[in-house]
Amino acid sequence: MGGPVPSAECPAIEMAGICKSFGHVRANHNVGFSVRSGEIHALLGENGSGKSTLMNILSGIYLPDAGSVAVRGRHVAFRSPRDAIAIGIGMVHQHFKLVESMTAMENIVAGTGRGLRLDRQQARERIRAFSRRFEMGLDPDKRVHDMSVGEKQTVEILKVLYRGADILVLDEPTAVLTPQEIGRLFGILRLMRQEGHSVIFISHKLNEVMSLCDRVTVLRRGETVGTVAVADCTTSRLVEMMVGRVVDLSIDRPRVQSSGLCLSVRNLSVRDEEGIRKLDDVSFDLHHGEILGVAGLAGSGQKELCETIAGLQAAEGGRIAFHGNDILGRSPRDIIRLGISMSFIPEDRLGMGLVAGMDIADNVMLKDYAFRPGLFLDRTAARKKAREIVSRLSIDTPGIFHPVRKLSGGNIQKVILGREIDLNPKLLITAYAVRGLDIHSSYTIYRLLNDQKVKGVAVLYIGEDLDVLLELCDRILVLFNGRVTGIVDARSSTKERIGLMMTGETPRAEGWQVPLPVPPLPASNACPVADRLLSPDSDRTMPAGPDGKGGGPC
Amino acid sequence: MTDTTPLMVLAVFLASAVRYSMPLLVGTLGETVTERSGHLNLGVEGMMLMGGAAGFVTAIRTDSLVLSLLAAMGGAIAGALFYAVLTVTFRANQVVTGLALTLFGAGVANTVGKGAVHASTPPHIQAFFAWQPLRPDLSAIESVPVLGPAAVFLRTVLLEYNIYVYMAVLLAVVLSLLLHRTRLGLHLRVVGENPASADASGIRVAATRYGAILVGGALCGLAGLYLPLVHNGTWVENITGGRGWIVVALVIFVRWSPLRAMLGALLFGALEIIGFKLQGFPQLAGNPLFSQYIIGMYPYIITVIVLVANSARKKGGWRGPGALGLPYFREER
Repeated sequence: MGGPVPSAECPAIEMAGICKSFGHVRANHNVGFSVRSGEIHALLGENGSGKSTLMNILSGIYLPDAGSVAVRGRHVAFRSPRDAIAIGIGMVHQHFKLVESMTAMENIVAGTGRGLRLDRQQARERIRAFSRRFEMGLDPDKRVHDMSVGEKQTVEILKVLYRGADILVLDEPTAVLTPQEIGRLFGILRLMRQEGHSVIFISHKLNEVMSLCDRVTVLRRGETVGTVAVADCTTSRLVEMMVGRVVDLSIDRPRVQSSGLCLSVRNLSVRDEEGIRKLDDVSFDLHHGEILGVAGLAGSGQKELCETIAGLQAAEGGRIAFHGNDILGRSPRDIIRLGISMSFIPEDRLGMGLVAGMDIADNVMLKDYAFRPGLFLDRTAARKKAREIVSRLSIDTPGIFHPVRKLSGGNIQKVILGREIDLNPKLLITAYAVRGLDIHSSYTIYRLLNDQKVKGVAVLYIGEDLDVLLELCDRILVLFNGRVTGIVDARSSTKERIGLMMTGETPRAEGWQVPLPVPPLPASNACPVADRLLSPDSDRTMPAGPDGKGGGPC
Repeated sequence: MTDTTPLMVLAVFLASAVRYSMPLLVGTLGETVTERSGHLNLGVEGMMLMGGAAGFVTAIRTDSLVLSLLAAMGGAIAGALFYAVLTVTFRANQVVTGLALTLFGAGVANTVGKGAVHASTPPHIQAFFAWQPLRPDLSAIESVPVLGPAAVFLRTVLLEYNIYVYMAVLLAVVLSLLLHRTRLGLHLRVVGENPASADASGIRVAATRYGAILVGGALCGLAGLYLPLVHNGTWVENITGGRGWIVVALVIFVRWSPLRAMLGALLFGALEIIGFKLQGFPQLAGNPLFSQYIIGMYPYIITVIVLVANSARKKGGWRGPGALGLPYFREER
């Protein structure tokens, strides 16, 4: 489209008839995508809908099999990211591509300019100027490994701007940010729109799309469903376009009669192998028939909490009691035998919990084989079980002998969760269960967790998305730097408050109870005082306890 | 003033440590450049041998130092190119490819060098490397008490070297500046730390790696040439005698720093001499701790200790190029 002469009318980006296949998989089929100058344009779609492929084509990482790309009315054919950068397209990747051991400035300057000479002072000044212009507040000499996730993202954005890009692609930029950081990011993006930059915003979070973007293009199964203006659209209409049918977006939160205390953690402290304190005096209770959410910035101690309960990590001090029995120091196998299951979905989704090269049946067998008698493995039972899990969780796979590595992210996560649930746990620990999943798969997982809760299982849900935590969980424990900044009732709390607690603010506002001190062990059963303090409007039936004056021991 | 005063024994010892450290230093600088790009080339021994054989044979055939230097670099670059094509372009396993290069290089070099076993370095090249360009004439003050011996001591330790030594030290300084103060160095380091980041920043990852591996190879060739041409004066089969492996250890020992490479090479050079010198003491000869074979092992023991200390470092400390040994696929997620 468009003549060779760029004009003001020309869209910033016009992609037409884009096709790209990987083997037999059609990632993009005849995709059209157009972005104007000075707009924030959302690209929506479920996992595997072809968003990333399309953006990788736009940023020169993939070559399209067919179709044309025009930037400001000029046809282009990128052969590498260099070409895309040269024409002013910059991509902020979901997983930051930064060198941790270097400073912000070194990361930003690398790959720019010519010649041998590196004028650090000039680079610093330019970075400061950008930082002021977009109100970013970045210190050019700070090393990346000393930065928060939000700062790292700022470096990524500055890196793109420094190269003179006026078309920015942000791939799920809010996935790991606190509400406050998201607010800052949106401020930056709006300033860019004012200056006439185009921003392409990829996200799963519809409320963000609605509040930030001007137009939305929806992809489904590698094809364009349509482009609509946000102003004439609703969330449910967008979901319908994404999924292809109407989906109920509310997350169920059944109220379950608690059948007693499941897990008690008291004054738990953990140091990692380098001696850095990862958990600091953590105390909480978890009841049967309850989902306790854990919120916190990445690396606040979530991993250590899961691993310590599962017996994979030694504690420095404190107690963990399961049904009144101390489990700290027991072997992981003992702990599994007691009925404690953990599924931890790491960032790369495969690192922990599954053996990537093995098939579904063998992976299902991994946890269970040790408790069966005899020398030989019972493959028949494992296969039967694998088939059950595949059909119950509607895992999309060519068969149970398909290597797990080749499944899509959502299906991999379903395999892990399915295996853990199949062990009939009494306590289910699940971390980042919906990491990177689309709406459809996420809701399947929420449903599975709720089923467990109704069955009386105690669920510890470590999550990233505060909206989901607030809708799914009964209570939310907030971690900051390994410390509990508070345990709040999910039914009466807000995102902003939890966001503040995630950055270390102890709540002081009216109607807030600081959950500590938690009564010391041993507690024969649920602790009424603490419970009522923590969840004032909980309808859990509780024995009448002494009037809570500062929450003494039960 | 004789060479038997303790001070002079020390001076002579230090000076010969410096001379012994030269092939180690130049090889270490080369391998440092390679590893900074994220490629672990274990073929140093092979490249040193190839460079040494090619350079020495060229020297005795053509009688030309310039051609000899070019041939030494060319021979080693051929080996490095073989490694680069396999590991950068075809993403072969770097360790296996490096080991193959060591064996391959030794085979080629010993074949090429066979005809040069009884030849010796051409006289004018010998003379060139006997030249000590910075050596001052101290005859005027030599007999002055205190000042005289001190001056002679310093001259022996610092100023009685051939040009190769000074060029190697200069090279270490230049490489250090290049690595930390220039755009080229920044690009090299980014490629070695995180090639995906380099790629996204518009740095040509493969080209940078090829460049670093070939430059590293050329330096290994020059390091290898020093042994037959200057040090031994003739070709011997497997003349490097494991120095290529010491280089691999040294790069880790000095933690990829060209400046520290000078100190590390000096230390390992000194250990090499101690092994020889102790043979002259019959009272120690019976003690297995001082056998030259055991002493030859010390560099590796020291390296293992440094490796362990390095990995025990606190978080945030730098543990070497982040992508060292890892192939890079752009389309991999």
